[in-house]
Amino acid sequence: MTGSTQVRGPDLERARAIAGSVPDPELPMLTLDDLGILRDVSVADGVVEVGLTPTYLGCPALAEMRRDVVDRLGAAGFAQVRVRTVLAPPWSSDDITPAGRRKLAAAGIAPPGPAPRRTGPVPLSLGPSRRLVQCPQCGSDTSTQTAAFSATACKALYRCQACAEPFEYVKEI
Amino acid sequence: MGFDNAYEAITEEVDDHRWAFGTGFADPLLGVDEAVPPGVTGSDLGEYCQMLGDDALVCSHRLQEWLTRAPELEEETALANVALDLLGQARLLLSRAGQVDGTGRSEDDFAYWRGPEEFRNVCLVEVADDDFAALVVRLLMFSAWRLALFERLRGSRDAVLAAVAAKGVSELTYHRDYAAQWVVRLGDGTDFSRARTAAALAEVTAVSGELFASTDLEWRLADAGVAAEVSAVRDEIVSVLQAVTEQAGLEPVELDFDGVPSGRLGVHGPALNAILEELQSVARAHHGATW
Repeated sequence: MTGSTQVRGPDLERARAIAGSVPDPELPMLTLDDLGILRDVSVADGVVEVGLTPTYLGCPALAEMRRDVVDRLGAAGFAQVRVRTVLAPPWSSDDITPAGRRKLAAAGIAPPGPAPRRTGPVPLSLGPSRRLVQCPQCGSDTSTQTAAFSATACKALYRCQACAEPFEYVKEI
Repeated sequence: MGFDNAYEAITEEVDDHRWAFGTGFADPLLGVDEAVPPGVTGSDLGEYCQMLGDDALVCSHRLQEWLTRAPELEEETALANVALDLLGQARLLLSRAGQVDGTGRSEDDFAYWRGPEEFRNVCLVEVADDDFAALVVRLLMFSAWRLALFERLRGSRDAVLAAVAAKGVSELTYHRDYAAQWVVRLGDGTDFSRARTAAALAEVTAVSGELFASTDLEWRLADAGVAAEVSAVRDEIVSVLQAVTEQAGLEPVELDFDGVPSGRLGVHGPALNAILEELQSVARAHHGATW
């Protein structure tokens, strides 16, 4: 952007902190920062530009996130806010921060294990998933999957063998 | 801002919009660079995006028809998740099509205001299944084929196609696994479920010839490094189906590699009309309505 004035310092830091602290609409115990979907924030010529990436392409909550970011920055005195979609690189569950993982577990949702990293043909998986998922209630890792899909795209359902509690697990992707 | 639990977060007194997801969500490509790669026409790229977008839109619609009708709640949730992923892919691809083809059409214009001859999906995805075995066999064929194409499209010279493909690969991976695992369970199940699954495999492979036949446009765009060439994915589909049928104890299937393009050229069966009648009825009855 030639000719524009990029702002660094307190205004940029404040804008970044406000955008990052917006709660996720579907997992409101996590912020956009915790979830790792806030890609970049810049301030130039009085306009705050915020880059968000979708967790899944069909994520229906992206519009709400956009509006919340604009509203919260507006309430903090940033009158002009532009939100844009960032598609590459795609979001991965590895982008959930350590703080985000702690908050998930505290809310009874098991955080994801490391996502598969591969190039070339994707191997076919014909057996049951062999994840070792730790129960967020009692800490036992003797859980079994009860359903590979659940109420939101990002979670599967598990049940703990030790304490018998059912719980959700954020899938690695 | 952090919260000790979800209830504290949702009762916090701010005017956030958390309760009506999916309403008023326009322009999934907001702020994404619109540039068309050099050496490629916008109309070619737009039509190719329509092909991939229509596959996803039509398949998603057929999956949605199973909601409230699936054999178990878990399967209904699974099919809804797969349908939502595909709808997300369709939204970006159709938005991209309207962005580059010079018409400025929106995703809704493509979904609601085209006739069946303007749809570019392969006929495989438009046929309705009244049998769960037939559904998972069709989903296996479609997701294995689409995954193989998307793996290659990650390297497309069109940045939007490449990004959608990179994201789509991780989604299609679990779609294919879901369908494949069901085909194994049904094939390796009772005599009844095995017979149904074998019949479904025969039916789906008989109409899959067009999946491996390129239109001139696809050749052109593949040469330009933008599209994935469909004949290149034959071996991968053969090996996926071989692994699944072997594990399921089913007879190996023969794929038809001598087919010609049909749906890609707008030539569809009557099944697509039935889909569009329902899909487009509300938009066409209330011209100009938004949601």
